[in-house]
Parts: sequence; C-alpha cells; structure tokens
Amino acid sequence: MKKILKSTLAIVAIFAAFTSCNNSSKSSNSGALSSNNAEKVYVAPGEHDSHYAFISGGYSGNLTVYGLPSGRLFKEIPVFSQFPTNGYGYSEETKPMFETSYGFVPWDDSHHPDISQTNGKLDGRWVFINGNNTPRIARISLTTFETEEIIEVPNSAGNHSSSFVTENTEYVVAGTRFSVPVPQKDIPINEYKGNFKGALSFISVDPELGHMDIKFQVLMPGFNYDISHPGRGKSHGWFFFTTYNTEEANTLLEVNASQNDKDFIAAINWKKIEAYVNNGGGTMMPANYAHNVYDEHTHTATSTMKKEVRVVNPSEVPGAVYLIPTPKSPHGCDVDPSGEYIVGNGKLSANLTVHSFTKMLDAIENEKFEGDAYGIPILNFEDVLAGSVEQPGLGPLHTEFDGKGNAYTTFFISSEVVKWKLGTWEVIDRKPTYYSVGHLTIPGGNSSEPFGKYMFAMNKITKDRYLPTGPEMEHSAQLYDISGEKMELLLDFPTHGEPHYAAAIPAEIVKNNSKKIYRLDENQHEKKTLSGADAKIVRDGKNVHIYMTMIRSHFAPDNIEGIKVGDKVFFHITNLEQDFDVPHGFAMIGANNAELLIAPGQTRTLTWEPKQVGVWPFYCTDFCSALHQEMQGYIRVSPEDSDIELSWSLGE
Amino acid sequence: MKKAGIIMIIGALLLLGLFKFPLWNIMLGAPQYPEPLGMNIYIQGIEGVEEFDLQNIDGLNHYIGMQTIPKAEDMWEFTVFPIVILTMAILGVIIGLLGYLEKVSYNYFLAWFILMSVLGILGMYDFNNWLIDYGSNLDPNAIIKVTNPDGTPMSYKPPLIGYQKLLNFDVDSWPHIGGYLMFLGMALTLVAFWIGRKTSLKSTTQ
Repeated sequence: MKKILKSTLAIVAIFAAFTSCNNSSKSSNSGALSSNNAEKVYVAPGEHDSHYAFISGGYSGNLTVYGLPSGRLFKEIPVFSQFPTNGYGYSEETKPMFETSYGFVPWDDSHHPDISQTNGKLDGRWVFINGNNTPRIARISLTTFETEEIIEVPNSAGNHSSSFVTENTEYVVAGTRFSVPVPQKDIPINEYKGNFKGALSFISVDPELGHMDIKFQVLMPGFNYDISHPGRGKSHGWFFFTTYNTEEANTLLEVNASQNDKDFIAAINWKKIEAYVNNGGGTMMPANYAHNVYDEHTHTATSTMKKEVRVVNPSEVPGAVYLIPTPKSPHGCDVDPSGEYIVGNGKLSANLTVHSFTKMLDAIENEKFEGDAYGIPILNFEDVLAGSVEQPGLGPLHTEFDGKGNAYTTFFISSEVVKWKLGTWEVIDRKPTYYSVGHLTIPGGNSSEPFGKYMFAMNKITKDRYLPTGPEMEHSAQLYDISGEKMELLLDFPTHGEPHYAAAIPAEIVKNNSKKIYRLDENQHEKKTLSGADAKIVRDGKNVHIYMTMIRSHFAPDNIEGIKVGDKVFFHITNLEQDFDVPHGFAMIGANNAELLIAPGQTRTLTWEPKQVGVWPFYCTDFCSALHQEMQGYIRVSPEDSDIELSWSLGE
Repeated sequence: MKKAGIIMIIGALLLLGLFKFPLWNIMLGAPQYPEPLGMNIYIQGIEGVEEFDLQNIDGLNHYIGMQTIPKAEDMWEFTVFPIVILTMAILGVIIGLLGYLEKVSYNYFLAWFILMSVLGILGMYDFNNWLIDYGSNLDPNAIIKVTNPDGTPMSYKPPLIGYQKLLNFDVDSWPHIGGYLMFLGMALTLVAFWIGRKTSLKSTTQ
C-alpha cells in the first residue's frame, strides 16, 4: 500500500511538474515578450535616453527634440514660426529672424532636418532645416538648441528637396519643388513649359561659425525637384535629386504629371560646378533675399538683404549634370552608406529602383546617352540600374540604411516598412505601420556611419492610435528595434505638427556640449543691465527705455511712474541669474505681443504701448522660487499731457 | 636618525599642499540641486566648486537671512593662515635637516608636532566660531524664519565635520586634498619621532 501511495504521489508530482512547466512557459511566452519590449523603451525616472531625435514640426514651422527609445518630448525649438511661449519672433531681438523679401513672414512649413557631418559622420554641431513655403534654410545650434541663422533662397518656390548636407558640411543643399519663372515675371501660366526653371541652391557653410552663404544656384529645367541626398564616400562630390512632372504640366498635376513612364534622378557633380564658379564661372544675377543671423553674445538677430546671387546653367559646365531615368514620379532619393547605391523610390511604381554610382560613371565615360533634355544628357535606365526590389509593397516613399547592408523603405499606400538587402535586393522582413507612413529615420541614416539599433516611422494618419481628441490630432511615430533579423515594433508616440523627416544621433555626441546658462560677463547686448543698481529709465521723446533686471525674486525697478498714454515703452530686461534652469518670465498686462522668457544671463526686449490711464501690473511668468508670486511690479500711466516726472524704485 | 630626518622633512613639506589644494570642502545638495553646490575652503580664501556656486549659495541664503560668504579680504584668517602654514613648513624642514645632521634630538620632531596640533586645534576652533556666526547671526528681516520646536531661531550652521540635514539641503563637510595632505604630513612627523627615538635607543643600548 505504501508503495502504491508513493508511486501515485510520484506520478502526480511529475504531472504537476509537466503542467506547471507548460503553463509557465506559455504565459511567459507572451508575457515575457511584451514586458521585454516595455523594458526596451523604459527609461527609468532620472535616467537619460540613449539618442536624441530632432523631428520636423511640419506645419508648426518648428523642430521638436525627442528622446529615444522613450519617445519623450524634451523641447520644441522655434524656427520658422513665432513662439509666444518664449517670445521668439515677438521680442525685438528675435523679430529680424522672420524678415524675408516678402516682409515679415512669421510662419513656415518645416520639413527635413539634417545634422552636420565631418568626414561623412554626424558631428552634432548643428541641425539644418528647410522652410518649404517661403523658401528658407535655418541653422540650429546644438549647444544652445536655438535657431541661429535663417537664409532665404531666391528663385525658389516650395523649398522641398532640402536641407541635406554634404559629407563635410561643405554645403547645405536646397532644391525647389515648384519651378517658377527665373527671374519672376508676369507671363501666362500656360507658358510654363520651357519658360519655368528649377533652381538647385548650394549654400556654403562656414566650418567655424556655420554661417550660410549661397555659393551658386543651378538653373535646371522646369521639373519638380522633390527630394535630394548627397553622394558620400566614392560618390562624394555629387548630389542627387528626384524629379517628377518631367511632363512640365502646369495644371491638374495628379493626372498630367503622372503620364511619363519614367521621370529622372538628376545627378549633379557639384565639385565640378564649384571649380567652375571658383574660376569666375556663372552669372551674378540681381536678386533680393534675406540673411538673418542671431548672435549668441549680443542675444540679438540682425537681418541683411542680399542683392545678387550667382546662377549657373547646366549647359555652361559640360559633364556636370546628368539625368537618370527612374520609374514613376520618384519621391525619396536615398544614398547608401558606401555611396554606391542611389535608391529612387518611385511612388507610383510596383518595384523599387536602385541605381549604381559605378555604373553611372561608366555610362558617362562611354557616353551612353539615350537623348537629352534641354541639353542635359539622359543616361540609359538599364545601363545605370544596379537592381530592383521586386514587388516590395505599394507606394514607396523613403529609404534609410542600418550600416549592416540592409535598407528600410516606407510604403505609404500599403502602410508598412520593408527591410531588404542591398546587393541581393531580397525582401527580408516587413512590418505594418499605423497608418500610412511617410518618412522613417535611423540615427545617422543619412551618413556613412548609421547607428542601426532603432528605426522610427513617421506616419501621416493617426486615427485611433491614441485616446480621441476631436477631429484634429497629433501625428504618430512608431519606434522599431532593428537590431535583429526581424524588425520589432516597440512603441507609439505622438509627434507635434506633421513630422516630415527627422534626424537622430547618439546622445553622447551632443549632450555634453549643451549650455546651461549664458554668461553675464559675455553678454554684449547693447541694452544690457548687469546689476540691479544700474537699472534706469531713459525717455527719448515718445519712446521710453526701461533698463530692468530680474533675479530671484524681484524686478529692479518694480515701481515706475511718469509713463504716459501714447508712449512706446521698451522693456530691456536682463536675467542676472547664473544658475542652471532659472529662467524668469515677463508679462505686461495688455501687451499686444507675447511674454518674454529670459534665460540666465540673457537680455530680451518687449514693447508695450499703454493706452489707458491707471496703475498697471507686470509679473514673472516662470515659477522661479518660493517667492515667485511676489515677483511683480507696477507702472503708473498718466494722461498724455501730464507733467509727472519719470521715476523708478525698488524697496523704498 | 638620517631616515627620521628625511621623513620629518617630507612631513613638513606636505603642508605646502594647502597652497594648492583646499583644506576643507562643504557640499550642499537638495532635490533641486542634483549637482550639489559647493565651497572649497583654502587657507587663502573660499571658492566655489563650480564657477557660480558661491553666488548661487548666497542667492539661496538671502531667503533665510544668512550673510554672504566672506571674501578673502573680509577675514584676517585668510592672511594669517598662509603665514602660519609657511612658517611651520619651513620650521619643520629646518628641524628635519638638523635632525638629519644629528644636531638636534628627535624630541624636536615631537615638539613640532605638538605645536602644529595646537595651532590646528586653534584653527578649527576659529573656523567653528565662524560657522556658528555664519549659521546663526541672521538678518532679522529674513524672508523665511524657521524656529526650533522650543521657539528659538533655527541655526543653519553647517557641521564642522560630517553630514547634517539643513531644511531641504543635505550638507556634507569634510577635509579636502590639502587637509588630508596636512594630516598625512603631521602623521609623518610623528613617525619621524618614533623612528628617531628607536634608532637612538638602539645606539644607547649598544
């Protein structure tokens, strides 16, 4: 009996072991996988993300800074749009950033951020981004994370095939999406064909300060130049632009610009044109465009109107420009890390076309042309073709690379990302995106050295991915782990405005350069005030200049009398703090502009035109200390004919 | 006695580290200051650990009515301390040299050590007095007044040595490199005394 009992017990024990083993392995399968993904994006409180992502704000006109893998938003950097949050574009110091040949333009549609490079690798000094609507290129410093410079691009319209940098940031390149008459003139629209031109601008970048200057513009035929990318490595010195509407239609483009079986990728040998220009080639053409530069030490932007630009016709420089037939209105134009492969993402094509740089050079050398367009040689499609990825999906838009021989292409219509192999052109993996993906980004994906751990897709349609917020909502990005053979979706996160492209970079290249304060002893603002004792008010006719300071937790002065209705008051305010993350804000009741948010050591100016007699308060808007609520003051406004003298005080 | 003399000289010379490195360090950390503010106390004056630390400590302290951190010219100590340290270092070297040449006995080493210890204790006493004044001689119009449970005004005196919680701040007060070099140097002079004594006892017993 004992024996039987023993063996039964043993059997039960074995069963239990089996079942429990089964159970645990089942539950741990699904559970472990998802918790594993959660761990992959979890950045514990107080810990830092491993990558920065600079995501374009699209129609917000700005640039947002995110962390990867957490998808947390760190900052919105105002670029092409006024930003009442900190007074950018409202303060006297920053208003010049919006000057253009059209006057003050306080908004744009920002598209393609690109990080500066040295020897083909991300150096993390600056981010460039294009304003699409009123053609402009901006440069953002990655020490202050502020916009430092904006240059307008003349002869351009729909500045879309921009703002990509060459291997050593020799140039940031801006191409026009819409061709226009160059110079502009009053002609019938239907005389488009043959009369309109597409300007591709090569903007040189000063290696020390980053200052931009249009070196030359190539005046191309009147196609639409959609996206561009630089050659690198062996193809350094060349730049590639996709085109559509090679039909040169001027109406109902969705039909009329989709007729040709193949459009072109324009290959530009910029080194050749640069040499031509350095020898005095090209023509200085009258123009009118703004160059706006913000100085970190004067804390002030200045705007200069430039009056001429150098233009070059492709026919002037034989051998500098070629056209590569590429199927079906290609959108993205992406160059692999080695510089050999140029991917033309034919957005209406069933296949993905990849051109070979080596084959292109060979065809050029052997003059194997199938014809020309306005004198520009057209190469044979087959001569240049490296291969094509067959039937990978519907509506290819953009391709990035992981540096391990793989490419990742977004498909808008079939709403997916497809991983394929360079050279064999075989599809390795495909994963859906939610929904209708546009661009995608791999950190360093547009360089010779990508960091192929993460990829994120930026989707054009959000629908039900988050809690509903009415008809209008943010767009959505999706983060994938691409370290393995198969991609794995890790995270959804909302993005601000419309994310077109994004540029991402390992945090350690950037984070230690980030400034904490502006030094007061380096403040060269004309109207700075370096101590509360130096605060003063100066009347100059109807203009009254108030030189004010702010420090925890008071303004100096905080009682002001002698201001009159009809005056124009300039508050020149200096934040005297030299401590990290102690900005002060300034808001004046009834001011017709915005607040000021003033960083430690910085000086900012807000204007105010008092319209009513009375005593009016101002206060600090940024909760700066335990006595923040006490950080306030009053201005007495007297009638226009009053003879009350100007006076000011603090603590009397 | 030669060996003892050399150790005595080295010990005395280590005091000179105080001219280059801080004697003492006080760090103030708080939730809002993940990178703590700090002051390095040199024999010639007080400096911030980071460039703007003193300014920011003063900025915070004005809420509770503390005086600003003294400049070198505001305290006689910062003139006298360097003279005392330099004098003691020179004296120590001379004694060590004479010991090496067997002109003076090892007892002089001990005498130097005792003198230095007395001066050090006086210095600490003076430093502590300053800390008491700094932490409790508060502006009667201070914005924030905190009292102890018994109703007396709270003192913000940082600890002379060790850790203390002061309101939201964690305060750490410890010797710094210059201080440790000085302690090491003093210990060496004591070692010199023992070695000198041992060798001379050996020679007398032989």
